Amino acid sequence: EKMLSGRSWSCIVAALVTLFLLDAAVFAQAKSFEDVRCKCICPPYRNITGHIYNRNVSQKDCNCLHVVEPMPVPGHDVEAYCLLCECKYEERSSNTIKVTIIIYLSVVGALLLYMLFLLLVDPLIRKHDPYTQPLHNEEDSEEMRPQVDSSQARGNTVLERVEGAQQRWKKQVQEQRKTVFDRHKMLS
Amino acid sequence: MESEQLYHRGYCRNSYNSIASASSDEELLDGAGVIMDFHTTEDDNLLDGDASSPGSNYAMSNGGGAASSSTHLLDFLEEPIPGVGTYDDFHTIDWVREKCKDRERHRKINSKKKESAWEFTKSLYDAWSGWLVVTLTGLASGALAGLIDIAADWMNDLKEGVCLSAMWFNHEQCCWTSNETTFAERDKCPQWKSWAELILGQAEGPGSYIMNYFMYIYWALSFAFLAVCLVKVFAPYACGSGIPEIKTILSGFIIRGYLGKWTLMIKTITLVLAVASGLSLGKEGPLVHVACCCGNIFSYLFPKYSKNEAKKREVLSAASAAGVSVAFGAPIGGVLFSLEEVSYYFPLKTLWRSFFAALVAAFVLRSINPFGNSRLVLFYVEYHTPWYLFELIPFILLGVFGGLWGAFFIRANIAWCRRRKSTRFGKYPVLEVILVAAITAVVAFPNPYTRQNTSELIKELFTDCGPLESSQLCQYRSQMNGSKAFTDNPNRPAGPGVYSAMWQLCLALIFKIIMTIFTFGLKVPSGLFIPSMAIGAIAGRIVGIAMEQLAYYHHDWFLFKEWCEVGADCITPGLYAMVGAAACLGGVTRMTVSLVVIVFELTGGLEYIVPLMAAVMTSKWVGDAFGREGIYEAHIRLNGYPFLDAKEEFTHTTLAREVMRPRRSDPPLAVLTQDDLTVEELQGIINETSYNGFPVIVSKESQRLVGFALRRDITIAIENARRKQEGIMLNSRVYFTQHAPTLPADSPRPLKLRSILDMSPFTVTDHTPMEIVVDIFRKLGLRQCLVTHNGILLGIITKKNILEHLEELKQHTEPLAASWYYHKKRYPSSHGSNGKPGSRVHHVQLIRSFQDGRVGGGGDSEEEEEVHLLDGSNL
Repeated sequence: EKMLSGRSWSCIVAALVTLFLLDAAVFAQAKSFEDVRCKCICPPYRNITGHIYNRNVSQKDCNCLHVVEPMPVPGHDVEAYCLLCECKYEERSSNTIKVTIIIYLSVVGALLLYMLFLLLVDPLIRKHDPYTQPLHNEEDSEEMRPQVDSSQARGNTVLERVEGAQQRWKKQVQEQRKTVFDRHKMLS
Repeated sequence: MESEQLYHRGYCRNSYNSIASASSDEELLDGAGVIMDFHTTEDDNLLDGDASSPGSNYAMSNGGGAASSSTHLLDFLEEPIPGVGTYDDFHTIDWVREKCKDRERHRKINSKKKESAWEFTKSLYDAWSGWLVVTLTGLASGALAGLIDIAADWMNDLKEGVCLSAMWFNHEQCCWTSNETTFAERDKCPQWKSWAELILGQAEGPGSYIMNYFMYIYWALSFAFLAVCLVKVFAPYACGSGIPEIKTILSGFIIRGYLGKWTLMIKTITLVLAVASGLSLGKEGPLVHVACCCGNIFSYLFPKYSKNEAKKREVLSAASAAGVSVAFGAPIGGVLFSLEEVSYYFPLKTLWRSFFAALVAAFVLRSINPFGNSRLVLFYVEYHTPWYLFELIPFILLGVFGGLWGAFFIRANIAWCRRRKSTRFGKYPVLEVILVAAITAVVAFPNPYTRQNTSELIKELFTDCGPLESSQLCQYRSQMNGSKAFTDNPNRPAGPGVYSAMWQLCLALIFKIIMTIFTFGLKVPSGLFIPSMAIGAIAGRIVGIAMEQLAYYHHDWFLFKEWCEVGADCITPGLYAMVGAAACLGGVTRMTVSLVVIVFELTGGLEYIVPLMAAVMTSKWVGDAFGREGIYEAHIRLNGYPFLDAKEEFTHTTLAREVMRPRRSDPPLAVLTQDDLTVEELQGIINETSYNGFPVIVSKESQRLVGFALRRDITIAIENARRKQEGIMLNSRVYFTQHAPTLPADSPRPLKLRSILDMSPFTVTDHTPMEIVVDIFRKLGLRQCLVTHNGILLGIITKKNILEHLEELKQHTEPLAASWYYHKKRYPSSHGSNGKPGSRVHHVQLIRSFQDGRVGGGGDSEEEEEVHLLDGSNL
């Protein structure tokens, strides 16, 4: 069962990653209008102050002559002025950014909700749960044995199995918390 | 190498002799068994040069399908018992045993290959699974790094304002297409609104400044609070940089859950929050941890890796390379980092796989293009200016600064962390994070160099002043005069902007130095690379500008006369910043080759290798003069992880006899006899002691060594026999021999435990110098080693004993060194090093830690533990 959950987890991770990659690939292909720019930075020249030009042109047209408009200098100076300017063609994928931020925020939101649930609601629901009583002494842990076994054995419905997995996970986290925060055995 | 071989051979002869002498008298049968094993495993050893000479008398005949020839004629009892050959949490793996297991498995697959097409496909899958798992790891770590980069940038800018036209854009992306940006204020555009503009409706004035200040602190505090809460509730292992722990894990330690999926998720999420909260930390170190989590999770898809801890560590080595590859956009640097800094066992095969994983990860990140600059890192720079020989002097000075900073930082940070660990102050992790975040935010906001994201700061410091730059750092006086300035005189006098920038940079330097000491070790994901680099870059830039002005005002000095009269730029302050960054990072981590390669990949200029090498080497020398260990080793020692550093030399002349347990005053070694124990007695021994393994001897009278049995295996095997075999009672006889001993007719059925007996434990004689013993432990990754004299078992040496011994010797020679030993005394329950077989010095402590162990991980039921270990999704 644990094996299954491990596998399913890696499958979920893999699926997410592929989704993310696909997303990136798809949107990189379909460059939207906003996602390319040619940016020319022209430094101060004679009495003209520096200026930044930003235009949406294709990569081969990305040079000073096409982008700097209107030209601030008279015709014979254009060449000298353009030599100073630096033009850079840049691409981005605004959709990747959007999707990433949305995924991130939803995960954070879900975790927040779950955290609130664990901290506030959960203790109210199960006041006398055998699992939440930490295994303080050995007698306790001996007693625990049959219960854990039976809970594993009777995990026939999906809900119960999820419940069992959650309990096991909670116990692990509690153990980790003890190691890191109380005993300071690790990571200090 | 030559001498190692010699040692191994000598050692090999020792142990072979001991076995041979054991087989000389009454135990002919067992002796024969050992010799047969010796023959069957030899061919493999030829193929696998790694452990060949010492491994030649090593054969596993316990579970996990290790069916060596001596156990072929087996009855149903000798089927592998599930769970045998796995490890408990906070225990050390036995590399030799794992390697043997893998070879056995490989041989089995190879022999079946020709049977059917299905088997052939399976063998192909098996052969390819190594490459598949690193590919998946690379893909996942690249994608996650992209996510972290994008989200962290966005959240970081959320502290100052928001993009009204599209909420999901950060400041730069918001103004990406805007035409309203001007040359002087190129980050202003109408779409981007600061919080003051949104709330008060005005962008200028003291009111809006205070509003922005307030919002900055508010967001910083809420991000930090959220991060530490998530870490505390969901995955406490997600805090810190993770590199010391990964180093320990790669050296063969088990920390279950450390590389699990919850750790991965929480680390990814909170890393973004921690970076965005403006704390003085970076995301590079934790990215290595994230990548290793990916590697561990994906290795569960492949039985070759999920069931073998040694093989899994090969994947983790490759994963850490992928992590650095995406953190710095330096694939080769990542591979070298894995080799130099984290890995313990790094065969060529792993090198290629690491390289491939790093490549895949970098490719994925590049196609996501998180910064919109077609680069993998924000602070990528390109220089084309040359450097001159005399500049080596300031570069070396920067190296000295880096080394001093590194030594100071390590001492101060370790002292602070020890305080956190030992006093009551450590009981309030959430409060601590909030406090540090609040101080950081309050102090950082007024100074523009500390307010901005550290990566952006580094970028600004690295970037050279050209005509196109408009930052404060580039306000030189001559720039006002028009175009002539750029062409004629590149080294210009500094304007007021540069002087005020100098001031602010000095303050920023002090601030960063102080805050980093208190930040590293907080209970949020926190890396050290970026703050160290920032400190170095600030110092370097200051030195660079000072040099530049020196060259301008004293161009008649012979140094500058020689080189600076040409029209080209003579001093490049950006280059100094880069060298300073490398030096400081080198001082803290004591990396050399990988660091130079990483920085070289950041700049893409081969020309600057020599300055970088000079600075990094100097910083390492200076740092080493004050203390030999880098920050990661120092943290490993502080936490008392069982890590046997391969870089340290053992120069003492002690003998195995002086290190082995039991000591003179201790009770005798807990041993099992091969055929006259009952199940009850065996259980009694197991319950009374806390050792993880027991030597098996012929009898109390002869004391000759037969083999070694692990505690965990014995418990599992007894439990298993109780359930599956009939007639096993408390007074059943237990035997480790090939044939059952002759018993009275009315006695219950005996229990055969030969399958869990390691019949070829490593042995040394009591006169073996510790130098050799330490070498054997390091090179082979042993867990324990038995000490014999004339074939008679005397005692045992474990990894923990060796670590203690090293520490004792260190205390002896340098009494001022860190008080790890005291520390251990005060905190006896330090895991891993605990409960090692046969260690009897801290008897009371061992009992206590044993109880801890019972209450904790393995507390409930053995079966659950088994299931857990065999296929659990955490390490």
